[in-house]
Amino acid sequence: MPRVTLFVTCIVDQLFPKVGLAMADVLERLGYQIDFPEAQTCCGQPAFNSGFWDEARGVARHFLDVFEGDSPIVVPSGSCTSMCGHHFSDLFQNDPAQLARVKALEARVYEFSRFLTDVAHAGDLGAHFPHTVTYHDSCHALRELGVKAGPRKLLSHVRGLTLKEMDVAEECCGFGGTFSVKFPDVSGGMAQTKIDSILRTGASHIVSVDSSASCNSRASSPARDSRSKPSTSPKSSPAANPP
Amino acid sequence: MNPIPVEAIQTALGDKRLQTAIYSSTGRLMDKRAHAIDPAEIDDFQGLRAQANAIKKHAIDNLDYYLEQLEQNVIARGGKVVWCRDANEAITFVATLAKEKGVKRIVKSKSMTTEEIDLNEHIEHTGIDVVETDLGEYILQLAHEKPYHIVAPALHLTRYEVADIFTDNLHVAREEEPEKQTQIARRVLREKFLTAELGITGANFLIADSGAIVLVENEGNARLSSSAPRIQIAIAGLEKVIPRAQDLATFLKVLGRSATGQPLTVYTSFLSGPRRQGEIDGPEEFYLVLIDNGRTRLLADEHKRQSLYCIRCGACLNHCPVYRKIGGHNYPWVYSGPIGAIISPQFHGVTKDPWLPFASSLCGACAEVCPVKIDIPKVLLELRSDITTAKRAEGAGKWERLAFRVFSYVMQRPKLYEMGAAMASAVFPGSHGKWLSSLPTFMSLPTTKNWLSKRDLPPPAERSFRSLWRERQRAKGAN
Amino acid sequence: MAAREEILAHIRASLGRANSTGAPAGLPAPLIRIPDVPLEKRIEKFTAALEKLNGNVHRAQSREDARAYVERTLNGRSAVTSNAPFLNDCGIPTIPNVRPGGVDREALRELCATLDAGITSADYALSDTGSLVMLSSHEEARLVSLLPPLHIALLPLERMLTGLDELYTLLPVPSDRSSSMVFITGPSRTADIEQILVRGVHGPGEIHVVLV
Repeated sequence: MPRVTLFVTCIVDQLFPKVGLAMADVLERLGYQIDFPEAQTCCGQPAFNSGFWDEARGVARHFLDVFEGDSPIVVPSGSCTSMCGHHFSDLFQNDPAQLARVKALEARVYEFSRFLTDVAHAGDLGAHFPHTVTYHDSCHALRELGVKAGPRKLLSHVRGLTLKEMDVAEECCGFGGTFSVKFPDVSGGMAQTKIDSILRTGASHIVSVDSSASCNSRASSPARDSRSKPSTSPKSSPAANPP
Repeated sequence: MNPIPVEAIQTALGDKRLQTAIYSSTGRLMDKRAHAIDPAEIDDFQGLRAQANAIKKHAIDNLDYYLEQLEQNVIARGGKVVWCRDANEAITFVATLAKEKGVKRIVKSKSMTTEEIDLNEHIEHTGIDVVETDLGEYILQLAHEKPYHIVAPALHLTRYEVADIFTDNLHVAREEEPEKQTQIARRVLREKFLTAELGITGANFLIADSGAIVLVENEGNARLSSSAPRIQIAIAGLEKVIPRAQDLATFLKVLGRSATGQPLTVYTSFLSGPRRQGEIDGPEEFYLVLIDNGRTRLLADEHKRQSLYCIRCGACLNHCPVYRKIGGHNYPWVYSGPIGAIISPQFHGVTKDPWLPFASSLCGACAEVCPVKIDIPKVLLELRSDITTAKRAEGAGKWERLAFRVFSYVMQRPKLYEMGAAMASAVFPGSHGKWLSSLPTFMSLPTTKNWLSKRDLPPPAERSFRSLWRERQRAKGAN
Repeated sequence: MAAREEILAHIRASLGRANSTGAPAGLPAPLIRIPDVPLEKRIEKFTAALEKLNGNVHRAQSREDARAYVERTLNGRSAVTSNAPFLNDCGIPTIPNVRPGGVDREALRELCATLDAGITSADYALSDTGSLVMLSSHEEARLVSLLPPLHIALLPLERMLTGLDELYTLLPVPSDRSSSMVFITGPSRTADIEQILVRGVHGPGEIHVVLV
């Protein structure tokens, strides 16, 4: 049986564990055996993005040790995939000794929807979700990973699901990690533009490959009553409703 | 260290008219670009970007060679090259030459480099009439304002404000129609073009194998500024040099489309030296002023050197969700938007406006559209690292550094991570899965306060993934 | 000369080099792709591109036709011509109210500043962008196509190139030929005030290209 290794990310681990479980269900259904190295923690992105590269390197070294191996590493987050799949190279750009090891790791890291479409060649998983949804292109996934058509293709196989695209789908929602707390006014303004766009679709759910981005959308909804309920990962909800 | 200009930003965000003006103008430019780069309009635009990046990289990596070649060729065509280490030297050169030649009036075409060195202010002090001839810049000059956008300087003004500016300064009858306002400017500026002794332009490109400058425009004022007066000065940052005239087949295609969606702007001028023997008109004297002003310092960092590839198209501004909210005047320097965010700290030192490289969600829209493929988010990240290092040296930012040291320490020790997470979960106000709109005071930090000012907080899950996973594996094992 | 040496020294230090070296290796070859497009198609593309920008294109059947078009377009207005022999060949100087520009810089300037139209030839046209290519010379001054509010250009059909790639192949170093080469792509314009398009800011607001 082919193996995959899960990197669930600290956000999913602590805030949205169901997403991790749903991902595991889908992968097992596709015939993969799952390894979950318990010593995993975080990819270090918050430190990296804030300019604390020494601190981020420490976390990255731990990551390299924990994920030593050769099976694909699957990640339910575009931004975390971008960190351990691309930016680890930046952290070690002046360290040729480590760089080879880093590059070998980066080559094995896959954002979950990308793994489904490009490696597992998954199509119809027998999922069922009779709602109108809109897809939120989170920035790292869209621009750094080129994840755009994949999730939409997966959604097209979900029975009963109607996809309504929002206008300005590619505009940033304003989360950007610490950006949202350092520049709350600007970030809030960006979130508002995004929310308006989402509400115009009339969708009842927002789907994304990044929990943090949907976190921003849900958290910023007017009246904060989540008339729109975000569900992260293209497969989380359908997996909860087996055929 | 300047703080975040919070009030100015809030004012900009609260000004609905301004927000609409910025959003719709930049939105229109975005749409035009998208149309102009469509495969039906142009073949292999991405290939052109890659070529533009490769040429710029080569030129910058061999800047000394190409500048020397450029100089040789300018001189061979009868022009002169003036090397200026900083703004002062450039201004002194212009002022001295103007005095020597008895210049009373200068016409100028739009040049961000001359804004950078504050040329107008300094020359005007010597009693010379300096006239901006680009319509947007002319309006701003009358209003004593700085440009709002690299390519569309008067983006933020309404026709009514323009009417005010004209009636106050030109003593003409009030006119509110843009068409008529333009005619007023045309009339006034025509007289200036024809009486000025000196014309000053910038340069979009400097061509090493030709000793030429390239001027890209829509109005005709750059052509007039460089052709009507007897003396021409072109002022350009030394990073503008590209190796061959043939390379313009690539650069012109990516510049116009990225900036305004135009395959070519109305006028593209390729000028080398003063008029030749036999030519009927054109300047008698031609000077190329090459400005350093900190650029050679930027060259030193190999990861950030790409900042010098910029061809000043403004596409990054148009696509930046932050620029589109805060506008051009909230950046500390004449260069705004993402490009401004990466070059300002490199020119002025990272500790002057340490907030600037952090005023980005790193969405990457800028890098996606940059015609010369500058990896702006990468440079922002590098600058963030430089800033934390500088802050440490100055003893600033202690709390943030402590927080991340704790973060790093904990994240390298799984057991500590699990323990910490469990504690946070226990201490967090019970919410039964509901998102929180406030926190008890003892948990209130600037970070959480800022988040909660605009959003709700997600609560920690009752049980973490790893705890659920262990249970799931145990259950499977038992079967 | 101190500034020059200092700047070059700074550059070399920043790039990690001690001295200047010869021509650097690794300059990417120019990306030049000249499509194979028949003349008729080029003319069609040129016309479409320029008309989209509010320019006017007339395909003259003969030189007499070209002259007639110019006379019609001028409609009694005054014009200054450049000294291009091609204009003579088309009989342009014989149109009423058309004055020759001559070679005196000041006199020519005066004419350009006061007359209604400037009539020139052009060295080439670029079909994919609807552009004219004009090099200044003893025949063509810079200001004739720039100062008057109306610009009319006449050129032989065969001068119609596909685009920039072909031009830079024919003229890899334009400054060998002239101090000034200009691409003119439509009438002068601006959108500086409220992004509203206005034509004829400083350059001509009306342009006619006659292909002969």
